[in-house]
Amino acid sequence: MEQLEIPSDDYINPGHLGCPGCGASIAMKLALKALGEKTIVVIPASCWGVLAAPYPQSSLDVPILHTAFAAAGAAASGIRAALDLRGDTETTVLSWAGDGGTFDIGFQSLSGAVERNEDCLFVCYDNEAYMNTGVQRSSATPFGTQTTTTPGQDWKKTRKKNIVEALAAHRIPYAATANVAFPEDMIRKFQKAKGLKGGSRFIHVLASCPTGWRVPSEMSVKVSRLAVQTNVFPLYEVQDGTTYILNYKGNRGVKDYLQLQGRFKHLTDEQIDQIQIQVDEDWDLLLKKVG
Amino acid sequence: MKKVLEGSHAVSEAVRLARVQVISAYPITPQTHIVEAISEYCANGTLNARFLCVESEHSAMAAVIGAASSGVRVFTATSSHGLAYMHELLHWTSGARLPIVMADVNRALGPGWNIWLDQTDSLSQRDTGWIQLYCEDGQEVLDTTLQAFRLAESVNLPVMVVLDAFFLSHTYEPVEVPDQEQVDQFLPPLSPRIQLDTANPFAIYQMVAPSAYMEMRYNIQVAMEQVTSRFSEIEDEFEAIFGRKHGPLEAVQCEDAEIILATAGTTASTCRHVIADLRDKGEKVGLLKLKMFRPYPTDQIRRHLGHAQKVAVIDRNFSFGASGIFAQEIKSALCNTDVRPAVFGYVAGLGGRDVTPQTLEEIYRQTKTSKIPKDESVWIELNQELVESWSN
Repeated sequence: MEQLEIPSDDYINPGHLGCPGCGASIAMKLALKALGEKTIVVIPASCWGVLAAPYPQSSLDVPILHTAFAAAGAAASGIRAALDLRGDTETTVLSWAGDGGTFDIGFQSLSGAVERNEDCLFVCYDNEAYMNTGVQRSSATPFGTQTTTTPGQDWKKTRKKNIVEALAAHRIPYAATANVAFPEDMIRKFQKAKGLKGGSRFIHVLASCPTGWRVPSEMSVKVSRLAVQTNVFPLYEVQDGTTYILNYKGNRGVKDYLQLQGRFKHLTDEQIDQIQIQVDEDWDLLLKKVG
Repeated sequence: MKKVLEGSHAVSEAVRLARVQVISAYPITPQTHIVEAISEYCANGTLNARFLCVESEHSAMAAVIGAASSGVRVFTATSSHGLAYMHELLHWTSGARLPIVMADVNRALGPGWNIWLDQTDSLSQRDTGWIQLYCEDGQEVLDTTLQAFRLAESVNLPVMVVLDAFFLSHTYEPVEVPDQEQVDQFLPPLSPRIQLDTANPFAIYQMVAPSAYMEMRYNIQVAMEQVTSRFSEIEDEFEAIFGRKHGPLEAVQCEDAEIILATAGTTASTCRHVIADLRDKGEKVGLLKLKMFRPYPTDQIRRHLGHAQKVAVIDRNFSFGASGIFAQEIKSALCNTDVRPAVFGYVAGLGGRDVTPQTLEEIYRQTKTSKIPKDESVWIELNQELVESWSN
């Protein structure tokens, strides 16, 4: 993997309201390092609605427009339209939504925006459940997960929605995955997305959540790294919806990833094997697309 | 220049003349003609604007909120289910203090599916913090839409211009379409209160604690309280340039009237003919046309109605478990006055059913012959046979 220098500028301030070890806050830090000060951020209801701080404060040194849960894609489109009319085509409009605001309630607005090929960067920071409201399942929650709405033996029995495939199917210029444990790769992707102006770009960032995943906060980055090393969360890019580039090949078993997390601790070895089969299936499918 | 325009196109012409910069909308009958014409203006360069053809009304409002927060003049239009679908963001708009103008073509809500006139869609948005202005004809629609931008931008509140489905949206009438130069004189370019700017970063519409939320709500009410006087000043300026004025409400022959009919929208036009006929027959009858619904012009309602013996309110809307909504509001405006008329509430013409001169004459006759009003609304021209067939 290519090594880049991490830009020293920071646009996130100490004192934000993230939990210790919050992957979503690391993700924002890295994203803004790559995008720079000419960025306007749209945040729908989500953990980041809290992390960004209440009135009259802001934890970011770039403008933020907070919007309703379902509305990030549309709000970003409106800002883009206005900036273009004012002659500002340079500023990046960054839609920064959680998995609820991307996979679930925000999906329609996002699909509409990317179908129009809006000149915005749409990011999903995915912590795989409604963490801000107390860990309820979303359609980004993986098979096998216990949440407060999939408790006990009613752990989630359906698979995680493949959001990158859904976005790539819109044939947008750029879709990619990124992970806070691979900062050079993540920054390169955000810089690449920034440069691909004129159309919709989508980046799916895995945002580890010590609170909801039930891991110690100091394990946040390690568990993120394991998601990639076990191919649970592969790092790849899709150009124009058809050209796939793989950035990393993992070779570890899913158990290494699952066993660190309290949300999976109820799983039997058979169930873990079942997850391994699912991950292998998805990995093989991805390799075929990469060619 | 006088043109023969349908009501919907009177809105579109006003949007063109207002030099709106971002329009976002989703199709819904009977609003569609408004945005079809606007998209045509954008496509042929008549209007230097971006038309965002989004995937839902929720997104339409979210998009214009984003654009308005970035310092440009915006517009959207909808009807009925579309307005209901936007509801969350109607609150967002007023809370964000954005000068957004929207046309709502009053249409019934399903089920059953019904695309015809009913005012319940907009009236059930009364607590969202939007100024609401109900129009009677094509000229008033065009003029009010232009005034709406001035009003919205002077008090930093959103304005809904409301027009009846089909009876107004699809009816062609001669409309005076002003020159661009005159409109530019009346409506200068937007000078935005806030504008997202990377050189001056700040967060907007964020979380707020109980220690400040209530003050933010109070400030919306303070702005609302300025609307009546601001609207009057804006109308005076409009009249000085264009020679026309409609008023926040209009009293027709109310001074000596014993019975006053009160209604909003195109029904007011039918009422004008009915009261003229009744006056010819020696009846002391007047009309109060209701235009501004939010903020509610309580003082003027009291002034025009206070001396009458009876008021007959014709509501083409209904609040289930209560009454017609305009009747409810008129009662509330009058309740703390010493001398007040009896208020008779009639529900008529829901879901596009005609309200004919005969209907209104019957309402007048019932009001005249009844000593005291019923507590509940009187439903006019109900097909009792049909109602009873469903009760079996």
